[in-house]
Amino acid sequence: MSIKILIPTPLRPYAGKRSIIEVTAQTVGEALSDLVAQHPDLRRHLFSEDGKLRSFVNVYLNDEDIRYLSKDATPVNETDIVSIAPSVAGGI
Amino acid sequence: MALTIPVTLYEQLRQHGETTYPHECCGVLVGEFDEAGGKVVRKLMKCGNTRTDSPANRYHISPAELVRIQREALLAGHDIVGFYHSHPDHPARWSVTDLAEAHWTGCSYVITSVEKGHTVLTNSFLLLDQEEAKHFEDEALEIIEK
Repeated sequence: MSIKILIPTPLRPYAGKRSIIEVTAQTVGEALSDLVAQHPDLRRHLFSEDGKLRSFVNVYLNDEDIRYLSKDATPVNETDIVSIAPSVAGGI
Repeated sequence: MALTIPVTLYEQLRQHGETTYPHECCGVLVGEFDEAGGKVVRKLMKCGNTRTDSPANRYHISPAELVRIQREALLAGHDIVGFYHSHPDHPARWSVTDLAEAHWTGCSYVITSVEKGHTVLTNSFLLLDQEEAKHFEDEALEIIEK
């Protein structure tokens, strides 16, 4: 099925400058795979060399962190939205 | 290039740091990018600081809150253009930690110094380049009436 992935500002240059990309997937993992298949330059910005999501990259299915669902195997539905959002933090 | 912000939102941003003093405040700037690379703030989204273990010198925006703000902004045709936080009793300059934890290239990071509970300076810094070579540059802050 087709679902939407929201692309954060810093990753747009590697995603054809688009903020919303439609992918075909049954799971979150398949959605991310289709995303990097469409936009290969995104891969190294999302994943580390061992293939895991970079530590500061959050991936949410609607309002839920996929790390607390079934990670890549989390199933998706037609109306779901996958969001990618790098963390925001800092300090003195 | 500059970060343009209406004075009402600018004052709210500065006041937020006084409200949370001696802790750091934080929030998201929603607006739009213009074709020249400048940014205009249309909404200020105040966030909670989840670093309850060290709130006087650290801030962290809940990813769940961030994702919700980004989703609402994008579906409404807006965008996240930057973030803000305060430095209680510390200058309004980015720190090593601020740079290490910054990942939104192309966005503004606005920092307000709050001394003894009173807002002093507000500066904006633009995050540039890819993760491995990222750095901040000083950015002009343009305050407008509306």
